[in-house]
Amino acid sequence: MHGRPRKATKQEDPAAAAAKSARLRELQSQLLHFHHNRIYTKEAVSVSSKLLEINPEIYTGWNYRKLAFQHNLKEVSDTDTDTDTETIKSAIEDELRMVEVALRRNPKSYGAWYHRKWILGQKLVLANFDHEFRLLDMLLKADARNFHGWNYRRFIARLKDVSEEEELKFTMDMINTNFSNYSAWHNRSMLLSKLLRKKAKGFHEEESILSDEFELVRQALFTDPSDQSGWFYHLWLLDQTSTPHKPHLVSSWPSDKLNIEISAQFKEKCERFPIIFCFNQQVDGVNLATVTINSKLVSSEHITWKPLSANNSRKSKIWVGFLENFNKYCDNSEGLSVEISVHCCESIVHSEFVMKLSHMDHQGKNGDGFEELFLWDCPKSQEINPYLVSYDPWRLRVERVEEDAKWHLDTLSAEIALFKEMSECDEDSKFVKLTLTRLLGAHNSIKSGGSAYFEEILKLYDDLIKLDAPHYRYYRDERSLVLLDQMTSSKDSLVEYCSRCENSSFSCINPQLCINFSGLNLTRIGFVERLLWVQILDLSHNNLTSLLGLEALQLLVCLNLSHNQIMSFTALEPIKSLQSLKVLDLSFNEIGSHPVDTTRYLCSSPLSHSCNVTETMEELARENIKIGDFWEAILLFESLQLAQLDMQGNPVTNERFRVLVEKVIPCLKWLDGKPVR
Amino acid sequence: MGELAVEKHAQYILSVEKRKDDFESLVMEHLRLNGAYWGLTTLDIMHKLGSVNPDEVVTWILSCQDKESGGFGGNVGHDPHVLYTLSAVQVLALLDRLDAVDVDKVSDYVAGLQKEDGSFAGDIWGEIDTRFSYVAICCLSLLHRLNKINVEKAVDYIVSCKNLDGGFGSIPGGESHAGQIFCCVGALAITGSLHHIDRDLLGWWLCERQCKDGGLNGRPEKLTDVCYSWWVLTSLIMIDRVHWIDKNKLSKFILNCQDLEKGGISDRPDNAVDVFHTYFGVAGLSLMEYPGLKPIDPAYALPVDVVNRIFFQK
Repeated sequence: MHGRPRKATKQEDPAAAAAKSARLRELQSQLLHFHHNRIYTKEAVSVSSKLLEINPEIYTGWNYRKLAFQHNLKEVSDTDTDTDTETIKSAIEDELRMVEVALRRNPKSYGAWYHRKWILGQKLVLANFDHEFRLLDMLLKADARNFHGWNYRRFIARLKDVSEEEELKFTMDMINTNFSNYSAWHNRSMLLSKLLRKKAKGFHEEESILSDEFELVRQALFTDPSDQSGWFYHLWLLDQTSTPHKPHLVSSWPSDKLNIEISAQFKEKCERFPIIFCFNQQVDGVNLATVTINSKLVSSEHITWKPLSANNSRKSKIWVGFLENFNKYCDNSEGLSVEISVHCCESIVHSEFVMKLSHMDHQGKNGDGFEELFLWDCPKSQEINPYLVSYDPWRLRVERVEEDAKWHLDTLSAEIALFKEMSECDEDSKFVKLTLTRLLGAHNSIKSGGSAYFEEILKLYDDLIKLDAPHYRYYRDERSLVLLDQMTSSKDSLVEYCSRCENSSFSCINPQLCINFSGLNLTRIGFVERLLWVQILDLSHNNLTSLLGLEALQLLVCLNLSHNQIMSFTALEPIKSLQSLKVLDLSFNEIGSHPVDTTRYLCSSPLSHSCNVTETMEELARENIKIGDFWEAILLFESLQLAQLDMQGNPVTNERFRVLVEKVIPCLKWLDGKPVR
Repeated sequence: MGELAVEKHAQYILSVEKRKDDFESLVMEHLRLNGAYWGLTTLDIMHKLGSVNPDEVVTWILSCQDKESGGFGGNVGHDPHVLYTLSAVQVLALLDRLDAVDVDKVSDYVAGLQKEDGSFAGDIWGEIDTRFSYVAICCLSLLHRLNKINVEKAVDYIVSCKNLDGGFGSIPGGESHAGQIFCCVGALAITGSLHHIDRDLLGWWLCERQCKDGGLNGRPEKLTDVCYSWWVLTSLIMIDRVHWIDKNKLSKFILNCQDLEKGGISDRPDNAVDVFHTYFGVAGLSLMEYPGLKPIDPAYALPVDVVNRIFFQK
């Protein structure tokens, strides 16, 4: 099936071709005959040998041989016990030889390899390990990337109980023979991981091991910079160097020492108050047992914690707990003071905040706040507001750097210096530039107050977009993240994008802050842990296709996604959990113009067994609506309580669709700027 | 860019169905059921399924079933195996004839192949491979019988095959390979478990499969091949990273692998064509929204209208 030229290099004699076919046809039908009639004579078995030599892929042939092997062995043990071992050995030899014949024909034959594993796995006799390793050496010399060979080698090593240290040495031999051996590097990384995790003898000093590996991979990269294997290995080493082993808290809402103002006028709107914790890694185990509340009025049982993640996952980076009916707690002059301690991930995190009622009168707006159309006209202002004053993403990070990150920072600095040198010598190497962006990024993320490298990284991505055009959208995505990192890295940088919303009668938490990230060519969202307090977010006029990260913004009431490149309703999965969301602008995206849905399996649906056909869907089906055509929209909108929705400018929107939306969102007041009847 | 020679490819596929006696066909006789799936799905994507007689196909498929175990062999008289059982179910789904089998008997055969650790054997002989995890999960899901296996353990086993580069191998410790990655990502997609994947890490590894000639290879430092247009592409689609490759260049590569005289698509330009690569080339183009082709579901590898019919119609 692979690698055969279209025009045959020499014309085969038709008579010879016909004879070859006839022979194969005969052998195949003979084999099936013997197999179905359970005939396991020497002659019959030799037919299978001839067949498998020509065509090792005919799996029924290998099955037949296993049956013949079992049958003939049973015959032996039924008769004479003396010649037992010799007969067994000889039978095994026959099978092993058959496999070698087949492998000569096709060294990648699944059937052949498994047959050998099956024979030796029976452990009827001690395997001839020398022979097995010699066979492997021969095959891996002919093709160092034959994964069947590597898998079989791992099988034999386990059978012989070869130590991981010895196998590590083998990967070193293979790499020394030829640096361009991804299979060897892969095996090396797996073995090293295991040894480091087990803290095996000689592998306690993770830092010195990693330093040695950096040295090794550096040699590979200098010897042959165009080979990819070294670069992928380097990425793994970098990840080992820059990722902390223990999870820790990155941010929370409310942030520590925050004073929250609840508007007395709209107090009744506040039913549930979200408390959010963001960790740097996925964690589980945030629950009643691990969270203690210290407060006069609120106790632990008043809050249920859940992970904010897709589908069935018990682990998440973001956890949320809701304080129900909390408006009644604010009804006193002292306000509500809450101190929370989270005991997960081997450390204790405190957060203390106070909620007070404010009796400031908001210009006479009553009702539930959406009697009028919400307009996205929050002007930018330089006014420093109470939330930004308390905004300090660095406080938690400083605590962490105290834990010896010295080796990590030193190693990164040394690699950065080296790669900067390499970059000057070789302007056109994409891997050098890409690795440099990652090194600089890692350094930024560890070093407290590290904003040193933003401009450099952005420039590198601009270079990469020119250098490696086919992958430009990958570099654009990475660039968006760096930009967001830069914009949210401090109060001073963030205040540029902040404003207060005057039309603020829909939320009880004061003041209503708006973040305006429109028109920044953003292709994806990141660093949401710094934006947990945002209630109004304008992401319009960007290039967003993915909304991953928005699920953390549990306070969000108004979201503007107009003029982006959102391709389907399933891409909106992250906002399904935003229970406070009332205003959503999806106008001028690309919903309905793409037959292929790239987020089809990243949302809850019957296709991925993450939810059943819902009641709403069944009701609509009874009204003769083809739910197969609209399931994405139905599942999205039935989980939100929107008051205002804008959908115009998407190919999917037509009269039929509008009718459906009005059915699925009963509380909707405004659709495409017009009141809903 | 050149065009997809739909007529030629349809004729090629129909001719392969008839050709059974030459050496090349004989050598692949044991996987004829796979061939039926590749050929018929390609025809459907090209809106040409009408040229086939569904009753004949169904009759032949049923003749490949092993009456005792309920599983299907690659051809009449060949031993049952999960690979061919999936192809049988997929073709029946395509033809909307799942009623032709005893669904419980088939799903009991497949479910019975799950091991203690959650992995799946291919057949009674016990070869373990994440390919079989995908095949079993896909098959049972299409039959609405996923509850017959321990899904959590199946997912755990697949996750144990995840490598440090973000990819997946055939067994724990096995090197990342695009074919295996498709199987693992597909199985995780169908079981709502894609959160186990580091999509940025895997997405980058996958997008780096695109080489200078525009085609995709299966792992680093290997040759490009049209079949990876499917395995790498659908994996990228399922994790929403397909925009990280250059679709135009890939489309050109696939179209260059066509045999415009005799029909069919080959692994590389000017090589011999076969049904396997014809399917993967056309399916790849469908994933890239090539005009005139039906959209194909990336996880179930069947046209979207077929999958929607199975999951949204009572």
